[in-house]
Amino acid sequence: MPSEERLRPPEWPGGRAAAPHGEFRVVGRRNRKIEGLAKVTGRAIYADDITLPRMLHAKLLRSIHAHASIRGIDASTALALPGVHAVITGKDLPEYFGIIPWTQDEQALAETKARYVGDAIAAVAADTELLAEEALRLIRVDDEPLPAVMDIDAALEHPEWQVNEKAREGNISKHVRLEFGDVEGELSRSDVVAEHDYWYEGSTHAPIEPHCAVADYDATGFLTLYSSTQVAHYLHRDLARVLNLPIQRVRVIQPVVGGAFGGKSEPFSLEFCAAKLSMVTGRPVKILYTREEVFYAHRGRHPMRMRYRTGITRDGRLTGVDATIHIDGGAYSSFGLVTTYYSGQLLTAPYRMGAYRFDSTRVFTNKPCCGPKRGHGSVQPRFAFECQVDRLAEAIGMDPIEVRRRNLLGGNTRTVNDLRVTSNGFLECLEAVERASDWTSKFRRLPYGRGVGVAGSMYISGTNYCIYPNEMPQSAVQLKLDRSGRATVFCGASDIGQGSDSMLASIVAEELGLELGDIRVVAADTDLTPVDLGSYSSRETFMAGNACLDAARKLRNLVAETLAGRWGCRADEVTLAGGVACSTRDPQRECTSVREAFQLAEARHGTLGSVGWYQSPKLGGDYRGGTIGASPAYSFTAHVAEVACDAETGWVTVKKIWIAHDCGRALNPVTVEGQMEGSAYMGCAEALMEEHVFKPAAPHHGPGLHHGPSLLDYRIPTSLDTPELESIIIESVDPEGPYGAKEAGEGPLHPSIPAIANAIHDALGIRCDRLPFSPPRVLGLLRATDARAAWERARDQVARPPRPAAVAGAPATSRGRATRGSR
Amino acid sequence: MRLTVGGRVASIASDSAPTGPGKEPFPLEANASVVCRLRVNQDVRECAISPHTTLLEALRYGLGLTGSKQGCDKGDCGACTVVVDDQPVLACISLALAYHDGPAITTIEGVAEGGRPHPLQDAFDLAGGAQCGFCTPGILMSAWALLRRNPAPSREEIAHALSGNLCRCTGYTKILEAVEQAAARLREGPRAV
Repeated sequence: MPSEERLRPPEWPGGRAAAPHGEFRVVGRRNRKIEGLAKVTGRAIYADDITLPRMLHAKLLRSIHAHASIRGIDASTALALPGVHAVITGKDLPEYFGIIPWTQDEQALAETKARYVGDAIAAVAADTELLAEEALRLIRVDDEPLPAVMDIDAALEHPEWQVNEKAREGNISKHVRLEFGDVEGELSRSDVVAEHDYWYEGSTHAPIEPHCAVADYDATGFLTLYSSTQVAHYLHRDLARVLNLPIQRVRVIQPVVGGAFGGKSEPFSLEFCAAKLSMVTGRPVKILYTREEVFYAHRGRHPMRMRYRTGITRDGRLTGVDATIHIDGGAYSSFGLVTTYYSGQLLTAPYRMGAYRFDSTRVFTNKPCCGPKRGHGSVQPRFAFECQVDRLAEAIGMDPIEVRRRNLLGGNTRTVNDLRVTSNGFLECLEAVERASDWTSKFRRLPYGRGVGVAGSMYISGTNYCIYPNEMPQSAVQLKLDRSGRATVFCGASDIGQGSDSMLASIVAEELGLELGDIRVVAADTDLTPVDLGSYSSRETFMAGNACLDAARKLRNLVAETLAGRWGCRADEVTLAGGVACSTRDPQRECTSVREAFQLAEARHGTLGSVGWYQSPKLGGDYRGGTIGASPAYSFTAHVAEVACDAETGWVTVKKIWIAHDCGRALNPVTVEGQMEGSAYMGCAEALMEEHVFKPAAPHHGPGLHHGPSLLDYRIPTSLDTPELESIIIESVDPEGPYGAKEAGEGPLHPSIPAIANAIHDALGIRCDRLPFSPPRVLGLLRATDARAAWERARDQVARPPRPAAVAGAPATSRGRATRGSR
Repeated sequence: MRLTVGGRVASIASDSAPTGPGKEPFPLEANASVVCRLRVNQDVRECAISPHTTLLEALRYGLGLTGSKQGCDKGDCGACTVVVDDQPVLACISLALAYHDGPAITTIEGVAEGGRPHPLQDAFDLAGGAQCGFCTPGILMSAWALLRRNPAPSREEIAHALSGNLCRCTGYTKILEAVEQAAARLREGPRAV
């Protein structure tokens, strides 16, 4: 755990948020990404583009049963096939692994029991992929199906059908209950209490690049693994452990990654199996997952069943919030411990609440394991809670934007669960989307079938501490300056398309006065780069960016001091910008190229290199789990969605989403907008289309088959399905972020879903509490409720705000209820 | 056509097998190895393949043209899109032999002219049309084919033309903008698409 004497990065005069030379020359501009042209010309090398001499191809044999004990595996016929070089099973890789050190419950190949349809149980290496696949069919598995646990209720009702024997009790993966303040007291002092059930369906990342790994174990006993991972460092550790290799003899290289969204943030069977097969055969081995395998590998959004009780006073103050959450985790733990905490911990901003309690239980089921998908653990509760706020606003007859405004948490404060919040631009976000969407002329004023909805959210900029407890930096950079005028950044940070390589380059360019093209980034190679924990929890810009800023500033100061000595001026009078170094005192005469400045500095100080690191301050509440959800900075987002619904068919079309996001400072506005638009797109997809669901048993198959493991059947939006997206960047300039920057990659997803749900209510008078809002669901709600009357009632309220008691008993859904408090 | 069966190289008669769009018949034995001749990026290239080898496999693994990507291998995502006679074609569900001695194929590697990025590529780079970049080659090929057919497409026409290409990163906004910008630049500039 974090100690009191925690490593802290240096403090700079003027802080981290300011430009090094008074004004920004690189940061804040719509620059190209440094790897952009490689990508658009087809030159970028992804894992499957790598072919090594003598390389074999491997395939995994996967369980056809959702739950089965494995009594034996006979691979002799497969091994006899010419061109087949090796078969491995669970006995060859018995070591357990798992991304969280306390819940290591997976094997690369299931040894005694398969826990979901698609659980890997054997691997074959052969001359070709086709031959490996043929060999899989010759492997005989002696297995015995066991009763399968297919949903949350079955998991709770049948602890004796234990999915994962590493569970302490039955099928409970993790249980967290935390209470902050007097929830029941706050609820009883409310004018209205809304109590409703919500269901968030699971969804998967579906990056367009399938997982791929190439392993090369050489004659000296050194393993090199190329993998489409977003956490090279954690993979490095787990590979060494599971393969029983000295960690210093393992190298993990992340090539260009074709999308991840959290779906490549832990080790997978393919990496261990490719490595082991390479060790067995002495040849390089590649494994490329099929699209179907990607769906089964999963680690996506957890299905969550949530019940919220939320209170409000007549004047719009949020009082008590009480959440009971059940989380369907699938067969293994993955990040589940964190998911369970996040399902509660990340709800406590951007609104102040009187008291808060959550009780979250993650269960094991015989389905592919869930994990972190963009907005890990907090997208689901955010959906429920923002719908609750909308209901309460309606109940007290207040505009939902006004209710949110009245409960602003604000900046430089602490949340009810003791998270430290510094910069906070939520109010600006809220008012920006209110203006841009022309909210006041639309809300409750559009014709039947058209509507607008609003929602807000917050998200972390990196987690407080490493997944495995240690006192070392969370991110580090080594920077090398060359006498040619080139800078090379070495950093473990993982660019998965979000642009972290370009982020590092732009910081170095800003500090040292270089062009972006003069900077080379070497990233995510465990042999060459210092550790960065990887691309998860929106940490790269804040943490790797800060590490990079320090490394670059150290060298900048060295170069500036050298020139100051030469020119007889002060170091702070020396600027480096646009390839030119000069003094502010006499820029005409005291002037040289940055290249020559590097050479002068090298002549005076020796070879130029520096390091920078980032370690967050000690953060979090003083209670068990109090550090989970603690982040050095939080981003804030508000969305307004406008929908057009067809009451005859139940078809919902999202016309437009206005996205305002507080990213601290936009180091590159193009990249930030790209994250905002991609997030809103993904949220919209989850709201309307995506369902990662499994079939029950049928005459020809057992339970647990994926409903449609293809990019045709698992529907993700095309260019025609995606609404118009308008991004509005809000810059609150965080005091601790690099130049004031915070995250932008995950936060802007959260409000899309509730904003759409609330817009559907404004359009049709129904409350969509279950995802996705597909035509059958919407039509079902329209038929089950007197939607038109609810719509009329809501509309009347804008003209004549009702007394809370009059509307408290009249929510639009059949399952929920609103109760009146005792005040 | 040369044919290798069981390690022996033989020639086959030209009238014994069904024909695809290519000029010569091809064998149907699954494990046979044949030489496939493709007109790619204004070049004629040969590679040894099996009859069931897809165009995508032949391009990527036979000819080293790894710019075309495999996202689904079943024609759902469009990452493998190449252009044949100005029409986008899904290389992952096309048999390579169907293009033996056939029409000209353009892949992402053939779009840049004289080592300089094509205005479409440049616009994607400038506008942020590529994030992870994995769908980008396929999207660029669909857009490139569109602009050859229609130099002044509306936003709706662009969205329609790209609707067979899935992108998971961008939300498409910047992709549509990039194609619009490129089309405008191409209409202004002296260089034809």
